[in-house]
Amino acid sequence: MSHHLLEFKDVRFRYPDGTEALKGVSFLITHGESVGIVGANGAGKSTLLLHMNGYLLPTSGSVTVGELPLRKETRPEFRRKVGVVFQNPDDQLFMPTVFDDVAFGPLNLGLPPDRVRERVNDALRQVGALALADKPPHHLSGGEKSAVAIATVISMEPDILVMDEPAASLDPKGRRSVIGLLNSFAHSKIVASHDLDLILDVCARCLVIRDGMIVADGPAPEILSDATLLAENNLELPLTLQGRAAREGTHR
Amino acid sequence: MSFETAYSGIGRLDRLSYRDTVIHRLDPRAKVVATMLFAVVVVSFPKYEVLSLLPFFLFPILIGALGDIPAGFIARKVVAVSPFAVFVGIFNPLFDPGVVAIAPGVSVSAGWISFASILVKFSLTISAALLLIATTSFPGICRGLRRLGIPALFVSQLLFLYRYLFVLIEEAIRVVRARDMRAFGKKGAGVRVFVRIVGTLFLRTVERAERIYGAMLARGFRGDVPSMRSEMFRPADAIFVLAAGGFFALCRFVPVPQMIGRLVGGLAG
Repeated sequence: MSHHLLEFKDVRFRYPDGTEALKGVSFLITHGESVGIVGANGAGKSTLLLHMNGYLLPTSGSVTVGELPLRKETRPEFRRKVGVVFQNPDDQLFMPTVFDDVAFGPLNLGLPPDRVRERVNDALRQVGALALADKPPHHLSGGEKSAVAIATVISMEPDILVMDEPAASLDPKGRRSVIGLLNSFAHSKIVASHDLDLILDVCARCLVIRDGMIVADGPAPEILSDATLLAENNLELPLTLQGRAAREGTHR
Repeated sequence: MSFETAYSGIGRLDRLSYRDTVIHRLDPRAKVVATMLFAVVVVSFPKYEVLSLLPFFLFPILIGALGDIPAGFIARKVVAVSPFAVFVGIFNPLFDPGVVAIAPGVSVSAGWISFASILVKFSLTISAALLLIATTSFPGICRGLRRLGIPALFVSQLLFLYRYLFVLIEEAIRVVRARDMRAFGKKGAGVRVFVRIVGTLFLRTVERAERIYGAMLARGFRGDVPSMRSEMFRPADAIFVLAAGGFFALCRFVPVPQMIGRLVGGLAG
C-alpha cells in the first residue's frame, strides 16, 4: 500500500511578492492515517494544502505521493491520487446541478458514462445526498453543500482526501454529520481546521504549523491537550477538554 | 430593496424551468433553434411594419400556455426591460415626420409607426427569449448550444455566468445592506460610494474566480466542461421545429392580418 504515502521533504515556498510562506516543511503520512493540521491564521496552512495537489509547486524540496514526485507534468496524475475539498462550497460546486458537479471529476478522468453514473451514485450515497442529485447548488442548504462538495472529490476515488475547514459555517447538526461522514471514510485523511474539537474527533495525529514550519507533530489527544503549545499558536484547548464546570467554579 | 425584488424575479424564472410540461420536455436544441428563427424572422420585417407582426404573438402565447408559464410574470419582465427599446425608438417621431394614412381619415407621422414597430419587435423577441429560459432552464440551453456546435469556451462562460450570478447578487445584497445600515437614510453618499462598492465586488469576484479555477484543476479540468446527458432529438422535436418554422414563414411571406381583414370585410359586405 505504498502508494498511499504522502511525503513532504524540506518543502519551501516563496510567493512572487517575496513572502516566504513555507520554510522547510517535512512530514510523512502513511496509509489510512488521519492527520489534523492546525495553526494560527497566516501560519501557512492554506499554502501547505495548495501544495498537496500541485496548485502550487514547491520553490525547493519535494512532495511525493507513493512513488510519484510532484512536478509540473505529473500534476494531472497527482490530482487523481490526492483529492482536495476547498473551504467554501460555493467555490467547489460550479456546475449547474449536483449530479453534473459530482460527475465533473470522473468525466475528466475519461471514464465511460455508465461507470461515471455508478461513481456519482456511490459518492452521493456515501454522503447521504442521493436525493439532491438533480438540484442546482444554489438551492441547497449549507450542510447539503458541504456534503456534496465532499462527494465531488470522493467520486474520483482518490487515495488521500484533503479538506480545508470541512465544517466551517455549518450549524451544530450539520457539523456533527460532517464529522460522522469523515469518520466513515477509510481513506487517508488530512484535515486543516480551527475547529479543534473536530480534529480531536476525526484525527489520530496532529501537526501544528507556525511561521511556515512544523512546530509539533504527534498524537492528536496529546497535542490538543497541551495548553501552552496551543496558546503559543493563537489556539486554545478544545471545548471538550476545557472542563467548563471547573473553570466556572474558580470564578465564583 | 428593488435590487432584492429583481433577484427574486430571476430566481422565479429559474424555478419555472423545473416544471414538467410538453414544452419543457422538448429537446433544448429544438427550442433554441425555433427561438432563434423566431427572432430572425421578426427582426427581418421592414421598419414601418406593425400589423403583419401581430400574428407572431401567437408563438409566445402558445409556448407560455402549453408550458404553464404565468403570462403576467413574463409581461412584467418585458415591461421592466422596455426602457431600452423606448430609448432606441423615442426620437423616430421627431426625425421621421412624413405623414402616413393608417385608416380612412386618420393619419400619423411615419416616425410613430416605426416606433411602434420597434416596440412590437422588442416585446416579441424578449418574451420569446424569456420563455425559452423559463421552459428550458439555462443549463439546458447551454447544453443545446454546445451540441449545436457553439465553441466550448463560450458555453462554459455562459454556464458560469448562470451559476455565479446568484452568488454575486447575494454578495452585492450583503454589501448594499451593510452600506444602508450605516448610511442613515442618506443613500450612502451617492456615486462615489457606489463606485467603490462595484470595485470591491469586482476584486472579490476575481479572487473567487481564482479559487474556482483551483477547484476545477483539482478535478482534472482540461478546457471543456463535460456533460453526459445524451438528449435524443425525437420526432416530436422535429415536428415542433418544422411547425414553428412553417408558421413563421407563413406569417412572413403571406399578409395574414390583411387577409383576415378582407375575409371579415367580405363577410360583412
